[in-house]
Amino acid sequence: MTASIIVSIYIFVLAIFVGFEVITKVPPLLHTPLMSGSNAISGITIVGALISAGAGHSGLSTILGTLAVICATINVVGGFLVTDRMLEMFKPAKKGTDQK
Amino acid sequence: MSTVTNLVYLLAAVLFIFGLKDLSSPRTARRGNALAMLGMLLAIVMTLFDKQIIDFTHIIIGLIIGGAIGVYAAKTVQMTAMPQMVALFNGFGGAASALVAYAEFVRLSGRPGLDVLITMVLSVLIGTVTFFGSLVAFAKLQGIIRGAPIVLPLHHLLNGLLLLGALVVGGLFAFDAPQSSLLLIVVVISTILGILSVIPIGGADMPVVISLLNSYSGMAAAATGFVLSNSVLIVSGALVGASGLILTEIMCKAMNRSLANVLFGAVGTDGGGAAATAERRPVTEYTPEDAAMVLESAQSIIIVPGYGLAVAQAQHVLHELATILMERGATVRYAIHPVAGRMPGHMNVLLAEANVPYDMIYDMDQINEDFQNTDVALVVGANDVINPAARYKKDSPLYGMPILNVDKARSVMIIKRSLSPGFAGVDNELFYDPKTMMVFGDAKKVLTELVHELKR
Repeated sequence: MTASIIVSIYIFVLAIFVGFEVITKVPPLLHTPLMSGSNAISGITIVGALISAGAGHSGLSTILGTLAVICATINVVGGFLVTDRMLEMFKPAKKGTDQK
Repeated sequence: MSTVTNLVYLLAAVLFIFGLKDLSSPRTARRGNALAMLGMLLAIVMTLFDKQIIDFTHIIIGLIIGGAIGVYAAKTVQMTAMPQMVALFNGFGGAASALVAYAEFVRLSGRPGLDVLITMVLSVLIGTVTFFGSLVAFAKLQGIIRGAPIVLPLHHLLNGLLLLGALVVGGLFAFDAPQSSLLLIVVVISTILGILSVIPIGGADMPVVISLLNSYSGMAAAATGFVLSNSVLIVSGALVGASGLILTEIMCKAMNRSLANVLFGAVGTDGGGAAATAERRPVTEYTPEDAAMVLESAQSIIIVPGYGLAVAQAQHVLHELATILMERGATVRYAIHPVAGRMPGHMNVLLAEANVPYDMIYDMDQINEDFQNTDVALVVGANDVINPAARYKKDSPLYGMPILNVDKARSVMIIKRSLSPGFAGVDNELFYDPKTMMVFGDAKKVLTELVHELKR
């Protein structure tokens, strides 16, 4: 075990705690946008995909990298856009018309 | 990685966290999503400056194809189809992680460290299972394959053996001989495992499965982060992994099931409740005209929508009814059970689409105490989540499940096609309660008639 993997494990474990803290505060009202939005965030793999696709090492790694870029881009672009489309629909009551 | 790159990645991770934090309120949620988008954009742009990249052709091709598919899917998807869309996106996330890990193996010269090899196997394993599991979930939700559980003989034993097999081959790869043939075997086993682990799960349990796959896609990204020693992947993956786990737990609790029971139970094979419905008891049946009169005189109304409402595409007319009642001076609120839709929070999105303001929508915990002070609880397309048997009937499959206290309201009005039981196959005694008015018919048709009556 190298020192760097230990640091990585630290980061991983602490980030899980941050995740639990932040996400337990999301109300059930927004659980669907939470899923699609967090899903888009998991598309961060795209940074690895870009390097695999562009580093020009071998044919196979370029093909795999390009496929990865396609998959990750669908995930990122689709995920963020659909989340925005949903969140746009969530509106408060107009003042004075209801909820007396 | 240069220091600047690393710092920008850190900024991206911070933006993701702030973005998720903003999702704690519908007022700030949209800004939160924009912050996360900004973080992603920064990370992508920074990566494009990386010195390792010498050829942009494939990158541009990939970005264009993926971007076009993503935009098209996000703009055209129906809100009712959101569960399968999210399942599919989860799958692509998992696939991307597995592909990157595999490409990294192909690209590396010399033998990488044991830690890299182990996380490589994990990334390929989790990513592939996520991809193929998500495809099956998508196909089930979309109705391409039937939603009922498909169970092979010794199914769970088989799945266990497959997982064990993948780990053994992966172990050989990491500890003994890092050859591509072994990693390919892991891919093949994970493919079968991904398909077989989702195929026995019934349609009604999909909210749990989607949440779990959401978590897997995060875990796959984190594992790839370990392979690349890239902290932003590790942080983001951990955040998503945690999010998916929390949602999985909430869904399991709301459905009164343990995770093991959902994954291995294959409950709901077909309606086991035939015996329970055998006895015929009188119900109080109301016509839409009579029902309209009852609603007219009600001061406080709580509407309980279920998935049947979405199936009937009746959200808009339901809210039209609610608006008329409010204009007449009644207090109208919506009560949402956690499993009212096909994924966590699904019903809220469907109501938001029908222009229901979010401050009229209440979670189960917020509103359950208020039913007793309510004139009419109007139930549309919900069944198991209002069954009082969940409170006391120890032999009922629903026993222990949290329910909306519809039966505590002064009167109950249920719009339903027939007296047939819900997913759990359990008869609902609330239908036979003297204070319950049953209005039989298609939700959309009945609601339209109610609106018509009230407008006169």
